[in-house]
Amino acid sequence: MRSKVIPAMVLALGMVNFSGALFAHHGTAAFDTDKKVTLKGTVTEWFWSNPHCLLQFDVKGEDGKVVHWIGETQNPVTMTDGGWSKSSFKVGDEVTVALFPVKNGLPLGRIITVLLPNGKTLDAMGGTRTYK
Amino acid sequence: MLHRFTILIIVLVAAPVFSSLAFAQNERPRQPAAAQGQKAAAPKEQKSVAAPRHDISGTWAPANGPSDGIQANGVKAMPNDGKPEHQLPYTPYGQQVYKSHHALEGADAVLPGFFNDPRDKCEPLGFPRMNFYNLRETQILQNEYKIVMLYEYATTWRVIWTDGRPLPKFVDGGVQIGSEVKEPRYYGYSVGTWVDDTTLVVQTTGMMGEERVWLDTAGRAISDQLRVEERFHRVDHDRLEWTVTIDDPKIYTKPWVAMNKFPFQLEDPHRDVMEQYCSPSEMERYNKLFGNPSSEEGHGPQR
Repeated sequence: MRSKVIPAMVLALGMVNFSGALFAHHGTAAFDTDKKVTLKGTVTEWFWSNPHCLLQFDVKGEDGKVVHWIGETQNPVTMTDGGWSKSSFKVGDEVTVALFPVKNGLPLGRIITVLLPNGKTLDAMGGTRTYK
Repeated sequence: MLHRFTILIIVLVAAPVFSSLAFAQNERPRQPAAAQGQKAAAPKEQKSVAAPRHDISGTWAPANGPSDGIQANGVKAMPNDGKPEHQLPYTPYGQQVYKSHHALEGADAVLPGFFNDPRDKCEPLGFPRMNFYNLRETQILQNEYKIVMLYEYATTWRVIWTDGRPLPKFVDGGVQIGSEVKEPRYYGYSVGTWVDDTTLVVQTTGMMGEERVWLDTAGRAISDQLRVEERFHRVDHDRLEWTVTIDDPKIYTKPWVAMNKFPFQLEDPHRDVMEQYCSPSEMERYNKLFGNPSSEEGHGPQR
């Protein structure tokens, strides 16, 4: 069981508009979509896979303790529509991840955006929008 | 002399006309050629070109954007969002089957650790769920005998026969075709008829029963008594509308429309469609790392 350390990791909290209806696979029931958590961390793996891609990264708290986080995105096709790719991250990248955490307190969440080392921001919702 | 001149004029006029007809299925005259690997751009206001006769071939993408066909909350025209106008006309048995489905989406969604959607074991989605789950870029090929649809998700295909054969009849154990009884199939048996120059009506029967397949991602049910009608209407050269009606007397008290004039935009014929697959090993890893832990600590089904 992972430790419940979300409060220590939270750098910013905010209410955001979020529509879960566009997610195609595992739904939104597990997430606290009223809470946005922003974390600075180091990428340990970017797993480009179905049904969801997984970004694994380590976050060092103010006490020096490292917590391993996993953020999910949508599937590779949807992420490609939003400008992501299999090579979006490499191990060791310093990133800032905004996500909706799971409700049960584990260091897991659904990614909203990722700020890359080059200053570019990847939008995880970019591939879920329609033209309407 | 006059006769030769007349023939020459006829040839000069006819040549480009026949040339354009011969290549009608491969040309996309009003769309800028998309670069390989790029998605179709948002539709722009432009003068339409008439639809070709009896032809829905091409590579088609959702006209309102690549996500318009995901249908995460259930079928497009009747999402499972709890609104009274979207309640389906279940029979008592149909309601019972629906209640046995623990879906990850919709009004009765459960947490990721408690689903029983056959999709999540990478079972075949079957028809018509293919139309209601990640309906993305769809390639349609046709000749004088049949139309073949290549779906992006799970690299799945189906055949619609247009050679005049009748729709199979329901019998015990499957469907009857001529003197033969054939087994139910995930993608059923489809026959299509052109009802006018630009509208194809497709009837499908003989699908798997409720023990094997769901209708949509929100847990709606179908049975082996399902009959599906699809209408493909090519509005103009670059636009196709797709309507799907569900008729299943075992599950529903009356037919209802699940997808209503879903718009597709014709893509560049050179476009190379991505693959979207279901991999049991990737699914297992996802559930181990994320899906199951996210449902821990006493959370249970939401109903």
